[in-house]
Amino acid sequence: MEKFFFLIFAVVAVISALAVISFRNPVHSALALIACLLQVAGIFILLRSPFLAVVQVFIYLGAVMVLFLFVVMILDIKKAQMEAFAPANKWLMCVITSLIAVEFLVVIMGGSLSGFPLRGGGKETTIQAIGHALFTEYLLPFELVSILLLVAMVGAIVMAKKRWD
Amino acid sequence: MVPVSWYIGLGAILFMIGVSGVVLRKNIIIMLMGIELMLNSVNINLVAFSYYLNDIRGQIFAVFTITIAAAEVAVALGILISLVRNRGVFDVDKIDTMKG
Repeated sequence: MEKFFFLIFAVVAVISALAVISFRNPVHSALALIACLLQVAGIFILLRSPFLAVVQVFIYLGAVMVLFLFVVMILDIKKAQMEAFAPANKWLMCVITSLIAVEFLVVIMGGSLSGFPLRGGGKETTIQAIGHALFTEYLLPFELVSILLLVAMVGAIVMAKKRWD
Repeated sequence: MVPVSWYIGLGAILFMIGVSGVVLRKNIIIMLMGIELMLNSVNINLVAFSYYLNDIRGQIFAVFTITIAAAEVAVALGILISLVRNRGVFDVDKIDTMKG
Protein backbone atom coordinates (compact mmCIF):
# COMPACT_ATOMS: atom_id res chain seq x y z
CA MET A 1 0.00 0.00 0.00
CA GLU A 2 2.82 2.37 0.90
CA LYS A 3 4.58 1.52 -2.37
CA PHE A 4 1.39 2.26 -4.27
CA PHE A 5 1.12 5.74 -2.75
CA PHE A 6 4.83 6.37 -3.22
CA LEU A 7 4.57 5.48 -6.91
CA ILE A 8 1.57 7.76 -7.39
CA PHE A 9 3.34 10.69 -5.71
CA ALA A 10 6.64 10.04 -7.50
CA VAL A 11 5.15 9.69 -10.97
CA VAL A 12 3.00 12.79 -10.64
CA ALA A 13 5.95 14.72 -9.18
CA VAL A 14 8.26 13.79 -12.05
CA ILE A 15 5.62 14.53 -14.70
CA SER A 16 4.77 17.92 -13.22
CA ALA A 17 8.48 18.74 -12.80
CA LEU A 18 8.98 18.00 -16.50
CA ALA A 19 5.98 20.23 -17.19
CA VAL A 20 7.61 23.04 -15.18
CA ILE A 21 10.63 23.18 -17.46
CA SER A 22 8.74 22.61 -20.72
CA PHE A 23 5.81 25.03 -20.55
CA ARG A 24 6.30 28.28 -22.40
CA ASN A 25 4.09 30.42 -20.22
CA PRO A 26 5.66 31.10 -16.79
CA VAL A 27 2.20 31.06 -15.17
CA HIS A 28 1.62 27.50 -16.36
CA SER A 29 5.08 26.56 -15.12
CA ALA A 30 4.30 28.04 -11.71
CA LEU A 31 1.05 26.05 -11.51
CA ALA A 32 2.89 22.85 -12.48
CA LEU A 33 5.49 23.60 -9.81
CA ILE A 34 2.68 23.93 -7.26
CA ALA A 35 1.47 20.46 -8.24
CA CYS A 36 4.99 19.08 -7.93
CA LEU A 37 5.54 20.61 -4.48
CA LEU A 38 2.21 19.17 -3.30
CA GLN A 39 3.41 15.69 -4.30
CA VAL A 40 6.60 16.27 -2.34
CA ALA A 41 4.45 17.19 0.69
CA GLY A 42 2.66 13.85 0.24
CA ILE A 43 6.01 12.08 0.19
CA PHE A 44 6.91 13.82 3.47
CA ILE A 45 3.71 12.39 4.95
CA LEU A 46 4.71 8.93 3.70
CA LEU A 47 7.99 9.46 5.55
CA ARG A 48 5.99 10.16 8.75
CA SER A 49 7.05 13.81 8.92
CA PRO A 50 3.76 15.70 9.17
CA PHE A 51 5.45 18.89 10.39
CA LEU A 52 7.58 19.17 7.28
CA ALA A 53 4.60 18.44 5.05
CA VAL A 54 2.70 21.32 6.68
CA VAL A 55 5.73 23.61 6.43
CA GLN A 56 6.11 22.67 2.78
CA VAL A 57 2.49 23.54 2.05
CA PHE A 58 2.58 26.78 4.05
CA ILE A 59 5.91 28.19 2.91
CA TYR A 60 6.37 26.80 -0.58
CA LEU A 61 2.80 26.69 -1.81
CA GLY A 62 1.47 29.51 0.30
CA ALA A 63 4.31 32.01 0.26
CA VAL A 64 6.91 31.24 -2.39
CA MET A 65 4.59 30.29 -5.23
CA VAL A 66 2.24 33.19 -4.54
CA LEU A 67 5.31 35.45 -4.70
CA PHE A 68 6.25 33.89 -8.04
CA LEU A 69 2.74 34.38 -9.41
CA PHE A 70 2.66 37.98 -8.19
CA VAL A 71 5.96 38.76 -9.86
CA VAL A 72 4.87 37.09 -13.11
CA MET A 73 1.65 39.06 -12.88
CA ILE A 74 3.20 42.50 -12.36
CA LEU A 75 5.83 41.96 -15.05
CA ASP A 76 5.06 41.93 -18.73
CA ILE A 77 5.24 38.27 -19.73
CA LYS A 78 4.37 38.69 -23.39
CA LYS A 79 8.00 38.90 -24.39
CA ALA A 80 8.91 35.99 -22.16
CA GLN A 81 6.24 33.82 -23.74
CA MET A 82 7.90 33.97 -27.12
CA GLU A 83 10.75 31.73 -26.10
CA ALA A 84 10.77 28.18 -27.47
CA PHE A 85 11.59 25.28 -25.20
CA ALA A 86 14.60 23.61 -26.72
CA PRO A 87 16.18 24.91 -29.92
CA ALA A 88 18.23 22.51 -32.00
CA ASN A 89 21.56 23.36 -30.39
CA LYS A 90 20.24 22.44 -26.95
CA TRP A 91 19.58 18.76 -27.61
CA LEU A 92 23.15 18.03 -26.57
CA MET A 93 22.44 19.48 -23.13
CA CYS A 94 19.23 17.41 -22.91
CA VAL A 95 21.19 14.24 -23.67
CA ILE A 96 23.93 15.12 -21.16
CA THR A 97 21.52 15.82 -18.29
CA SER A 98 19.53 12.65 -19.02
CA LEU A 99 22.76 10.65 -19.05
CA ILE A 100 23.74 12.10 -15.68
CA ALA A 101 20.27 11.25 -14.31
CA VAL A 102 20.58 7.66 -15.55
CA GLU A 103 24.02 7.43 -13.98
CA PHE A 104 22.61 8.67 -10.64
CA LEU A 105 19.85 6.06 -10.81
CA VAL A 106 22.24 3.21 -11.64
CA VAL A 107 24.55 4.14 -8.77
CA ILE A 108 21.71 4.57 -6.26
CA MET A 109 19.70 1.50 -7.22
CA GLY A 110 22.71 -0.76 -7.72
CA GLY A 111 24.77 0.39 -4.74
CA SER A 112 24.63 -0.64 -1.14
CA LEU A 113 21.73 1.76 -0.55
CA SER A 114 19.23 -0.77 -1.89
CA GLY A 115 19.72 -2.87 1.23
CA PHE A 116 19.62 0.10 3.62
CA PRO A 117 17.88 -1.06 6.80
CA LEU A 118 15.27 0.73 8.84
CA ARG A 119 17.39 1.44 11.92
CA GLY A 120 14.90 1.74 14.72
CA GLY A 121 12.98 4.13 12.55
CA GLY A 122 9.48 3.93 11.18
CA LYS A 123 8.05 6.09 13.93
CA GLU A 124 6.22 9.30 13.35
CA THR A 125 8.16 12.43 14.32
CA THR A 126 6.29 14.64 16.72
CA ILE A 127 6.29 18.40 16.46
CA GLN A 128 7.30 18.45 20.13
CA ALA A 129 10.56 16.66 19.33
CA ILE A 130 11.35 19.05 16.47
CA GLY A 131 10.62 22.11 18.61
CA HIS A 132 12.75 20.75 21.43
CA ALA A 133 15.69 20.15 19.10
CA LEU A 134 15.28 23.54 17.43
CA PHE A 135 15.28 25.48 20.67
CA THR A 136 18.02 23.60 22.50
CA GLU A 137 20.60 21.96 20.28
CA TYR A 138 20.03 24.15 17.23
CA LEU A 139 19.32 27.47 18.95
CA LEU A 140 22.26 29.32 17.37
CA PRO A 141 21.47 28.26 13.76
CA PHE A 142 17.84 29.11 14.43
CA GLU A 143 18.71 32.67 15.49
CA LEU A 144 21.17 33.06 12.59
CA VAL A 145 18.48 31.99 10.15
CA SER A 146 16.12 34.59 11.57
CA ILE A 147 18.78 37.28 11.01
CA LEU A 148 19.26 35.96 7.48
CA LEU A 149 15.52 36.25 6.84
CA LEU A 150 15.59 39.84 8.08
CA VAL A 151 18.52 40.67 5.79
CA ALA A 152 16.81 39.01 2.83
CA MET A 153 13.63 40.96 3.52
CA VAL A 154 15.49 44.28 3.66
CA GLY A 155 17.43 43.39 0.51
CA ALA A 156 14.31 42.45 -1.41
CA ILE A 157 12.54 45.66 -0.42
CA VAL A 158 15.56 47.81 -1.32
CA MET A 159 16.00 46.19 -4.71
CA ALA A 160 12.34 46.22 -5.67
CA LYS A 161 11.93 49.88 -4.68
CA LYS A 162 10.93 52.16 -7.48
CA ARG A 163 13.45 54.98 -7.14
CA TRP A 164 15.96 56.30 -4.70
CA ASP A 165 15.09 59.43 -2.74
CA MET B 1 7.94 -0.88 3.05
CA VAL B 2 9.48 1.39 0.46
CA PRO B 3 13.27 0.99 0.16
CA VAL B 4 15.24 4.12 0.89
CA SER B 5 16.88 3.94 -2.53
CA TRP B 6 13.54 4.74 -4.16
CA TYR B 7 13.34 8.02 -2.28
CA ILE B 8 16.94 8.88 -3.12
CA GLY B 9 16.30 7.98 -6.75
CA LEU B 10 13.26 10.24 -6.86
CA GLY B 11 15.38 13.01 -5.35
CA ALA B 12 18.06 12.47 -8.01
CA ILE B 13 15.53 12.56 -10.85
CA LEU B 14 13.93 15.76 -9.55
CA PHE B 15 17.39 17.29 -9.07
CA MET B 16 18.40 16.55 -12.65
CA ILE B 17 15.10 17.94 -13.95
CA GLY B 18 15.83 21.12 -12.00
CA VAL B 19 19.37 21.26 -13.42
CA SER B 20 18.07 20.87 -16.96
CA GLY B 21 15.53 23.62 -16.26
CA VAL B 22 18.37 25.94 -15.25
CA VAL B 23 20.61 24.92 -18.16
CA LEU B 24 18.08 24.66 -20.98
CA ARG B 25 15.75 27.57 -20.43
CA LYS B 26 16.63 31.17 -21.04
CA ASN B 27 13.64 32.60 -19.20
CA ILE B 28 14.94 33.74 -15.82
CA ILE B 29 11.70 32.94 -13.99
CA ILE B 30 11.81 29.31 -15.14
CA MET B 31 15.45 29.13 -14.05
CA LEU B 32 14.43 30.21 -10.55
CA MET B 33 11.77 27.49 -10.54
CA GLY B 34 14.45 24.97 -11.49
CA ILE B 35 16.48 26.06 -8.46
CA GLU B 36 13.39 25.52 -6.29
CA LEU B 37 13.06 21.99 -7.69
CA MET B 38 16.69 21.25 -6.83
CA LEU B 39 16.28 22.48 -3.24
CA ASN B 40 13.17 20.33 -2.87
CA SER B 41 14.90 17.18 -4.06
CA VAL B 42 17.58 17.74 -1.44
CA ASN B 43 14.82 17.96 1.18
CA ILE B 44 13.44 14.59 0.08
CA ASN B 45 16.85 13.01 0.66
CA LEU B 46 17.26 14.62 4.08
CA VAL B 47 13.82 13.56 5.30
CA ALA B 48 14.19 10.03 3.90
CA PHE B 49 17.43 9.45 5.81
CA SER B 50 15.95 11.10 8.90
CA TYR B 51 13.09 8.59 8.80
CA TYR B 52 15.20 5.53 8.12
CA LEU B 53 17.84 6.35 10.76
CA ASN B 54 15.24 7.58 13.29
CA ASP B 55 17.26 10.78 13.67
CA ILE B 56 15.53 14.13 13.89
CA ARG B 57 18.45 16.17 12.60
CA GLY B 58 17.55 15.54 8.98
CA GLN B 59 14.22 17.23 9.46
CA ILE B 60 15.84 20.18 11.25
CA PHE B 61 18.14 20.64 8.28
CA ALA B 62 15.16 20.38 5.93
CA VAL B 63 13.45 23.18 7.87
CA PHE B 64 16.58 25.33 7.48
CA THR B 65 16.73 24.50 3.76
CA ILE B 66 13.14 25.63 3.29
CA THR B 67 13.96 28.88 5.12
CA ILE B 68 16.99 29.53 2.92
CA ALA B 69 14.90 28.78 -0.18
CA ALA B 70 12.28 31.30 0.87
CA ALA B 71 14.93 33.99 1.50
CA GLU B 72 16.63 33.19 -1.81
CA VAL B 73 13.37 33.50 -3.75
CA ALA B 74 12.56 36.84 -2.12
CA VAL B 75 15.98 38.31 -3.00
CA ALA B 76 16.02 36.79 -6.49
CA LEU B 77 12.57 38.13 -7.34
CA GLY B 78 13.58 41.56 -6.03
CA ILE B 79 16.61 41.50 -8.33
CA LEU B 80 14.39 40.29 -11.17
CA ILE B 81 11.89 43.13 -10.69
CA SER B 82 14.58 45.81 -10.73
CA LEU B 83 16.28 44.12 -13.69
CA VAL B 84 13.13 44.00 -15.78
CA ARG B 85 12.26 47.54 -14.78
CA ASN B 86 15.68 48.88 -15.82
CA ARG B 87 16.51 46.69 -18.80
CA GLY B 88 13.22 45.07 -19.83
CA VAL B 89 14.72 41.65 -20.56
CA PHE B 90 13.89 38.15 -19.34
CA ASP B 91 16.54 36.45 -21.45
CA VAL B 92 19.63 35.64 -19.39
CA ASP B 93 21.84 35.74 -22.48
CA LYS B 94 21.10 39.43 -22.91
CA ILE B 95 22.05 40.30 -19.33
CA ASP B 96 25.77 40.84 -19.80
CA THR B 97 26.43 44.24 -18.26
CA MET B 98 29.03 42.87 -15.86
CA LYS B 99 30.75 40.69 -18.44
CA GLY B 100 34.42 41.54 -18.70
